[in-house]
Amino acid sequence: MSKLTIADYPLANTRPEHIFGKRGKALGDITLAAVMAGDITMADLQITPKALQDQAEIADDANRPTLALNLTRASELVSVPQDVIMSTYELLRPGRAKEKQELVERAQLLRTDYNANAIADFILEAADIYEKRGLFKFRF
Amino acid sequence: MVDTGLPNRWRRFSEWDDRPLRRDKFAREDAASGFSAFRSPADPKPGVSVQSGKIASMDGVLAHDFDMIDTFIANHHLDPSVTEEAMAMDSVLLARMLVDMHVPRTELVRLAHGCTPAKLADVVGRLSALEIAFAYSKMRARKTPGNQGHVTNAKDDPLQLAADAAIAVAYGFDEIETTMRVSRNAWSNAVACAVGSAVGRAGVLFQCASEEAEELLIGMAGFTSYAETVSVYGTEKSFTDGDDTPWSKGFLAAAYASRGIKMRCTSGAGSELLMGFHEAKSLLYLEARCLCLQRGMGVQGTQNGGIDGAPVTASVPGGVRELMAENLIAVWLDLECASGNDARTTESEIRIGAKILPYLIAGSDLICSGFGSILSYDNSFNTSLFNGEEMEDYLVLQRDFEADGGLTPLHEDRALDVRRRAVDAICAVLEELDLAYPSADMKNSVIAASGSNETRSFTPGAVGPISDSIKNREITVIDVIKALAIRGFENEADNLLIVVKLRISGDYLQTSALVRDGKVLSAINDPNIYSGPGSGYTMSEGRRLAVNNIRDILDQNEVLRMEARFETGEAARIAYSTIGVAQIGAGKDEVVIGISPAFGVKLFQTTAGHKLSDVLRVIVDAIAARGLRARVVRLCHTADTSFLGLSAARLSGSGIGIGIQAKGTAVIHSASRLPHNNLELFSNAPITKLEHYAGFGRNAAAYALGETPEPIMVPTNGESLGSQYHARVAMIYAIETGLAVEGAAPQEINIQFLEGASTEGARP
Repeated sequence: MSKLTIADYPLANTRPEHIFGKRGKALGDITLAAVMAGDITMADLQITPKALQDQAEIADDANRPTLALNLTRASELVSVPQDVIMSTYELLRPGRAKEKQELVERAQLLRTDYNANAIADFILEAADIYEKRGLFKFRF
Repeated sequence: MVDTGLPNRWRRFSEWDDRPLRRDKFAREDAASGFSAFRSPADPKPGVSVQSGKIASMDGVLAHDFDMIDTFIANHHLDPSVTEEAMAMDSVLLARMLVDMHVPRTELVRLAHGCTPAKLADVVGRLSALEIAFAYSKMRARKTPGNQGHVTNAKDDPLQLAADAAIAVAYGFDEIETTMRVSRNAWSNAVACAVGSAVGRAGVLFQCASEEAEELLIGMAGFTSYAETVSVYGTEKSFTDGDDTPWSKGFLAAAYASRGIKMRCTSGAGSELLMGFHEAKSLLYLEARCLCLQRGMGVQGTQNGGIDGAPVTASVPGGVRELMAENLIAVWLDLECASGNDARTTESEIRIGAKILPYLIAGSDLICSGFGSILSYDNSFNTSLFNGEEMEDYLVLQRDFEADGGLTPLHEDRALDVRRRAVDAICAVLEELDLAYPSADMKNSVIAASGSNETRSFTPGAVGPISDSIKNREITVIDVIKALAIRGFENEADNLLIVVKLRISGDYLQTSALVRDGKVLSAINDPNIYSGPGSGYTMSEGRRLAVNNIRDILDQNEVLRMEARFETGEAARIAYSTIGVAQIGAGKDEVVIGISPAFGVKLFQTTAGHKLSDVLRVIVDAIAARGLRARVVRLCHTADTSFLGLSAARLSGSGIGIGIQAKGTAVIHSASRLPHNNLELFSNAPITKLEHYAGFGRNAAAYALGETPEPIMVPTNGESLGSQYHARVAMIYAIETGLAVEGAAPQEINIQFLEGASTEGARP
C-alpha cells in the first residue's frame, strides 16, 4: 500500500472506516449510545500503533521527519505498560542509572519484549552520551 | 506654604515614581552575567562541518567536545544533507528571505533543518521588531490564529472551575489549562475543567499541569487532551539541574503521543538565567538551542516566548524584541508556537498593550500560552499578561485592529447561562459518582461570583478527598460521560466524548492542531502559505462582525432614544415658541443667545447631562443680573458653534452674542470679530457645569457693557473626553446638521420657564 500523504488528512474525516480503537472498535461505533450501553471501555479510546504510523507517514509527507520519528517511537510505546514507561522515564533522568549497563538492559528489554527498536536505539544513544558527560553518578 | 529653599528636584520625577511602571525593575545589560538579549562575547560564531554524512563540528565545537545538548541537536535536529547549504548562506540574505513574501515558507523551513542555533539567532537578530512581527506572521505554521486560557482558582473549587472553564469556552479559547494550589487536588481539577469545557461547544483541548507522572495518568483516564509542561533548557547544567536530559524529555514526548495526547514542550528566555547556569551566553542564543532540541525531539510544538522567564527577559534592553525573536525561531523551525504573553511582564498597562500588539496583528497558533481567563488572584500559575480583569480590553484591541485574537465577545445573559449550566453539570457529576453533594447556596455563590473571594463553596481541604476518590476509584472520562448523560446533560456528554475520541485517529498530534466545529485544523489542512496581501489569514465577514460586537455600542437610534427620555420632562420645564424671523436688535442692552437647530427640538441635554432648560435659565438670569436683556434666536442655517455665536452677535444690538449647541458647546462672540476668533469658548461640554454657563452669561453681559472680564475657565483633569464623548457627539451633531437648512433665516424664539422648571439654578 502506498504511503499516506497530507491529502489523506484528517484521517477521522477522510477515512473514518479505517480508524479503530485499541480493542478494534471502529470510530463510528463509539457513540454516546454505545457508552450508555456499557459497550465502551477506555481501551476503545486508545490510539493504535497503526494510527500513529499513519500519522508518521503524513508528517513525513509534510517534511517533518523529526515529528514522524517521534510518532514512530510513540507507536512502539502503545503496548508498553504505564509502569514500564514511567520507570524507563525515571531511569533516563540524571543520576538515576548508576551505570551504563542499566540503560543498555532497559533498551534490550524494550527491544525484545515490545519490539520497540527505535525507542531502544534512542535509549542506547542516551547511554553513550550519559557516560561521556558523567551522568552515571550519585546525585543527592 | 511658601518654599524659599532652592529646588532639589523637579517634582515630575516624584509623580513618575508613583506610576505603576516604576514598580518594574530594569537590569543593566551585562552579558557576562547573562543579562544580554541578543548577543554576548561568549556566543559562538555560526558554523558547521560534515564528515561522512555526520556532523563533525557545530558552532565552533568539535563533535568530540559536544555536551549533551550539542549532541542531541547534531544527531536529531541538523539534517546533514541541508546543513552545509544553509550554513553557507549569508545571514543577511536569510534575514531578508524571512521578510520576503516571494520566498515561500516551505523553502525557509527546509533551510532551517540545516541551521545551527548560532545561525538561527544570528539571522533573526538582524530583524527589527517590525520585521520580526511580519516574518512571524509569514512563518507561523497554521493559518488560523487561536488562543489559550488559564482556568484556575485560589480554592481549587470544582464548581468554580467548571463555571470558569465554560466561560473560557464561550469566549472562544481553543485550549484551556488548569493547575492547582494543592497538588493533591489535580484529579478534581481535571474532572471539573473537563466538564466545564464541554458546556456549549465541543473540541476545546484541555490540560492539567501537574507532576509529570500524574499528568500522564490523568491524560490516560481521558480527562485531558494535551500537555505542555515538558520543559527544556539551553545549557546542560540547567537541564540536569531541572532533573532531566534531552533524552528523558524526548522519551516523554513519545510516551504522550503513544497515549494519543497532544504535547508541546516549554522553553523560553531567562530560564537558564533564573536557574543560574547561563554560561554567559545571550538569551536568544540559549533559546535557539532549546528550540533546536525540541525540533530534534520531534514534538509538534513549543510553548515559547519567555514563559516563566519573560519578566526577567523584559528587564533587559531589547528583551521584549528578544521574546518576539525566539518565537520567530520557533515557527521558522516549523513548530507550533504557543507564543508566551503568559506571565505578566510588567505593572505598566502601556507595556502590556505594547507587548500583545505584534502578536495580535501577526496572529499566532496560540497568541497567549495562558491568557488568565479568571481574575488575577485566582490564577494559580501567577498573574498573566492579560487576566479576567482585562478581558474586555483585549476584545476591544481585536476590534480596533480588526485582528483575530481568537476570542469573541460574550453577551451577559449567555455568560450567566453557561455558568449555571456548568455548575449544574459538575454538581450532577459529583452527585452521580457519589463524590460530593454541593448545596444550592454553594452553587448560587459560584454562578454569580467574579472570583473565589466571593464564593461560599469548596475549600482546598474539602477538595482533597474528592480528588483522592476520583484517583483511587479509577474513575475515567467514561464514568463522567455516563453521569452527565444520566442526569440529562446529553450535549455535554457528547461534547466530552467528541474530544476524547480525537485521540483514536491521532489527527491532533500533527503540528499546530486545534479543533474548530468538531474538525481538527492543523498546519496540514490549514497551512499558512502567506505570499503577500490577500494570501494570509483574514476574518470572514461573520467572524469580523462577531469580533466587532462588543458590549455597549452606541448608534444614532440609541442617541435619539436617550434624548427622547428627556423630552417629556423638558416640555414641562420650558416652552419655546417661534415668533417669526429674527431681526437685528436696536438696543445696546441686549445679548442674543443663538441656539442650534435641534436645541430643545430633538436634543434636550448637554453631554454633561445638564437640562437645556437649566442651561438657558442660568445664562438668562446672569445676563439679567447685569441689567441687560437676553434675547433668544434659533439659528436654522448652521450648527457650527462659531457661526452660531457670530450670527447671534450680528443680530445683537450690543454686538455681543452667545452661540450654544444642544450638546453644550458654547461661545461668546462679537459682531466685529472673525468667525474663529471668538471672545470665549467652552469647547469641553462634558465637563462644563451650570456655574460655568452662568459665568458665561455674566461675562457676555460684561462685554456688552464694554468691560474686559476675566474669561471663564473650565478646569480639565486631562480626561480623554474624545474617547468618552466623541462617538456620541458626532451622532448628536449629525442630528443638528440634519435640521440645518442652507440659507434659512434665524427665528425669534420666546422662551418661557414653566412650573416644572428646576429651581436650583446654578449649582454651587
